[in-house]
Amino acid sequence: MKSIVYVQTQGGQATKASLEAANYAAQEGEAIAVISGALEGDGGLGAVGVNRVLHCSDDLDFGQSSRLVSAAVEQEGADAVVMAHDHSGRAVAPRVAVRLGAGLIAGVTGRPEGNTIKRNVFSGKATAQVAANTAKRVITTTPNAFGISSDDGAAAAVEPFAADTGVCRVAVIEAAQPASGDRAPLPEAELVVSAGRGLKGPENWGIIEDLADALGATTACSRPVSDIGWRPHHEHVGQTGIAIRPNLYIAVGISGAIQHLAGVNNSKVIVVINTDPEAPFFKAADYGIVGDAFDVVPKLTAAVKALD
Amino acid sequence: MEFLVCISKSPDTTTKISFTEGGESFDESGVQFIINPYDEWYALVRAIELVEKSGGSVTTVTVGEADCDPIIRKALAIGAHKAIRVNTAPMDAMQVAAELAAVAKSGAYDAVLCGKETINHNGGIVPGMLAEMLDLPLVTWATSLDYEDGKAVMQRDTVNGIEKVSVDGPYVLSASKGMSEQRIPNMRGIMGARSKPLDVVESCGAQATTSVASFALPPAKSGVKLVDADNPAELIRLLREEAKAI
Repeated sequence: MKSIVYVQTQGGQATKASLEAANYAAQEGEAIAVISGALEGDGGLGAVGVNRVLHCSDDLDFGQSSRLVSAAVEQEGADAVVMAHDHSGRAVAPRVAVRLGAGLIAGVTGRPEGNTIKRNVFSGKATAQVAANTAKRVITTTPNAFGISSDDGAAAAVEPFAADTGVCRVAVIEAAQPASGDRAPLPEAELVVSAGRGLKGPENWGIIEDLADALGATTACSRPVSDIGWRPHHEHVGQTGIAIRPNLYIAVGISGAIQHLAGVNNSKVIVVINTDPEAPFFKAADYGIVGDAFDVVPKLTAAVKALD
Repeated sequence: MEFLVCISKSPDTTTKISFTEGGESFDESGVQFIINPYDEWYALVRAIELVEKSGGSVTTVTVGEADCDPIIRKALAIGAHKAIRVNTAPMDAMQVAAELAAVAKSGAYDAVLCGKETINHNGGIVPGMLAEMLDLPLVTWATSLDYEDGKAVMQRDTVNGIEKVSVDGPYVLSASKGMSEQRIPNMRGIMGARSKPLDVVESCGAQATTSVASFALPPAKSGVKLVDADNPAELIRLLREEAKAI
């Protein structure tokens, strides 16, 4: 498989989700990255197995980026396009698929098995093996679904690259303000501390923030809590919020409705803290404490701080 | 403003998912179907709000067979003015996008709104395919939509946070949480929905490019290990030494 990998950068370096996508492609064969905008060195891509980087120094919107990626596929005669299933991949991959007449398998969680690849369906309640019945295929990789096997390989060769990318049609009025402050964005976060109605009010979130800070985790919440405005919408994880798959998900005062579980049940380790021993979430958990959050959570924070 | 809102049929959010023998297809028996929540709560309701404020109309479009009519009537009861159903079974995102594009081209719409993804397929890729087929700008995961001086202004979630953007002229948008609040149809809406037009049109013959070979349920958890509430430090020890999660 010869792949073009569309890579997002931040501060000139490939994002974690993009490195995962690049490494996924590199493990299936030759991987050539396409990047627009600021780039420092090879963006960290050689270390994850990328052979070459095609770099367009212009800042492009997602529509223009899809033209750049499609041009790279044509130039290189690639048979696959790989990118992260993040906000950029959701905008660029479908356009590339249409331009190439290629089947798109979105948000894969497994490596190719024959001509099918595994992805989540029904909001994480099930998986499907999906085949692309076309000459070329486009694949987007779910963030945090794949580790990165770094081989400390040689730096990738960076080559200037340009194509007819058309004009920018989505004008940015105000650049992105990091939604989660200094913390990792929720879809990429490896540690997540989440809380629900059991916290009784938004003024009580300090204990959740403290635990998250001690762990270096990102904060999240359940749907009712974001609906009543205790927490911002972007923190809502679950079937109608965002689906996440961190290494560790700590749920405090969340009962574990089926809609919430759907968005978090791919987490590798789930910890549930709830006063109600009958809370359904305990059935989906690896570890649990039946107890009062206001008592237990500060003690957990202290225990984390006492490590090392 | 003339809005075209794409709505899809999804199993109710509380549905316990199961498959027919061998994992070949989704077992629909006993399943309650709803409008995909992202399509309804955010895209449809925001379009209705904007029309209530500044005039115009909201048309919904659905790719599916006659079993979609109940959810389409609900969209009309919530406040859509008319509905179009493309009479073919949805097979994959590319086919659905091509059918939607054919409908969009047959009318004069100022904007095509979709939910950010469906809760059954979770691809989130139909809006982007549609934008490419219609050669329109795309704003994904929009959390607000307003008009300022004739331009559409949106906030959208990006990799790095929340961004404010604007688009001149027609566009495709995928709506995310925050754009509007869920609306419950009232009796007048439900009665009125019966007499609103629901046009059934034939497929443009679009073909699927992907297929599902099989479905499976995720493996069950082996059971929870409970830690005494008087000794939370033990949990941190287990997370570090046993689960190696921190």
